[in-house]
Amino acid sequence: MSPIISIKNLTKTYENGFKALDDLSLEIEEGEILALLGPNGAGKTTLISAVCGLLSVPKNKIIVGGFDVAKDYRNSRSLIGLVPQEITIEPFETVKNAVSFTRGLFGKPADTVFIEQLLKDLSLYDKRDHKNMMLSGGMKRRVMIAKALSHKPKVLFLDEPTAGVDVDLRKDMWDVVARLRMSGVTVILTTHYIEEAEEIADRIGVINKGKLLLVEGKNELMQRMGSKNLTIELRKPVSKIPASLSNYKLELSNDGMRLNYLYDVRAQKTGIIDLLLELKKASFKIRDLQTSQSSLEEIFVNLVKD
Amino acid sequence: MNLFAIIAIYKFEMARTFRTLLQSIVSPVISTALYFVVFGSAIGSRMEQIENIEYGSFIVPGLIMLTVLMQSVSNASFAIYFPKFLGTIYEVLSAPVSYIEIIVGFVGAAATKSFIIGIIILMTATLFVDVQIKYPLIMLCFLAMTCISFSLFGFILGIWAKDFEQLNLVPMLILTPLVFLGGSFYSIEMLPPVWQQITLFNPVVYLISGLRWSFFGTADVSIHYSLFAIGLFTIICITIIAWIFQSGYRLRD
Repeated sequence: MSPIISIKNLTKTYENGFKALDDLSLEIEEGEILALLGPNGAGKTTLISAVCGLLSVPKNKIIVGGFDVAKDYRNSRSLIGLVPQEITIEPFETVKNAVSFTRGLFGKPADTVFIEQLLKDLSLYDKRDHKNMMLSGGMKRRVMIAKALSHKPKVLFLDEPTAGVDVDLRKDMWDVVARLRMSGVTVILTTHYIEEAEEIADRIGVINKGKLLLVEGKNELMQRMGSKNLTIELRKPVSKIPASLSNYKLELSNDGMRLNYLYDVRAQKTGIIDLLLELKKASFKIRDLQTSQSSLEEIFVNLVKD
Repeated sequence: MNLFAIIAIYKFEMARTFRTLLQSIVSPVISTALYFVVFGSAIGSRMEQIENIEYGSFIVPGLIMLTVLMQSVSNASFAIYFPKFLGTIYEVLSAPVSYIEIIVGFVGAAATKSFIIGIIILMTATLFVDVQIKYPLIMLCFLAMTCISFSLFGFILGIWAKDFEQLNLVPMLILTPLVFLGGSFYSIEMLPPVWQQITLFNPVVYLISGLRWSFFGTADVSIHYSLFAIGLFTIICITIIAWIFQSGYRLRD
């Protein structure tokens, strides 16, 4: 199956000479949720802007749904909904009119029933006749999502959708994204929150300095790049790690009751059995064992620091 | 053609007018009524007839043009500058609309507003002075062409402007003097010969003269020159806007 978005060797240099995207290639499959991670200035928003038509891009670089965004902008843009990072909304217009306006812009006839259902889905129906400026920040962000969904796009870009919103609203947003996935909408979101990517994404892309460092399935990424930590709880405290265990990367907790052993899941031998045997030889009494996977955040930090 | 987009932009912009009815329509009407009181009644009663036309009636086309030009420019420039200022312009730029559709929506709404204001001012004028229109159809066409061409000009200004100061710069420093010196309140024949020649370089002279011709059948310059001037100005504005959208000037990086 051909990807719904295909970006080939895209480079974007601004007039001031700043290279925001550097020979970036990316393919996004229909129906997936892709999270783009990257520090500030990495190129995430530039990438979204290029796909959505907010930047001038050369021909044959970005294809959306089989249409070149430069040559066939009408068909390509019809497939896309965009929720930008900043809350940008006409303050004096009502919620319902603002959403209907966007639907019209995308060439769709007025559909009161659909718009009202959309507002209900996003808990905006009670506010439909309120002016946008009367809404809270979270509600405004919902209005922007409603606007982006008003023409039933196949691809939705969410540029840091939960930046600056409270925990409840963030969870609501995740629910919205989950429902969109169920309806077959492809979602591309940028985020600073690693937990967000861990929670809802199918694949993770990491961008830094305009380059795509990797794109991989979330689980595979965590599996491939993750290291694990074995925590060994002791029955009696120890004051120091014996010299016989110096070959292992061990850390002793301050209270002397736990040993932490960091091992690489990719290695053929993790060394866990040998370690346990050595501990037995050294007369350590073990109460319990726990393993934990390194988080996406640790993986991300490791990637972008290089 | 994305007809729904044109309608959406047009309706959205017209809705702004009705939200700000006092500022959009009542304010220019009151200003014009004051002009009629001061120039038409107070000063006009002491003025001689110009080309056998009472002074109060003579200034009606000039006053309509004065307001229509300023309103067309300010309506259209604000219409495109405000979304830029707010950031909501992203919606239009990321929508499947051509630049022609964007122009028809924004400029169409701006021109409609100023056309309505022009007609309201004409009706207001009838309360103060005797107004006879010799060629009403030509008057309406000329008024409409002026509204469209200066709304196009305002649209360019709105895209060019980086802040509110720049937005007001051209109307205040260039357009207002041109309109006042373009024969709104006098016939250019009343000027010394040298100034008559210099005034002919003022494009607004041709607009006011053209509208005045449709009212009285006489004007400072031929109606053909006036039509040529307005046509040329429209073509220049459309050419600049086409370049703006093709190059992305101050719209797309």
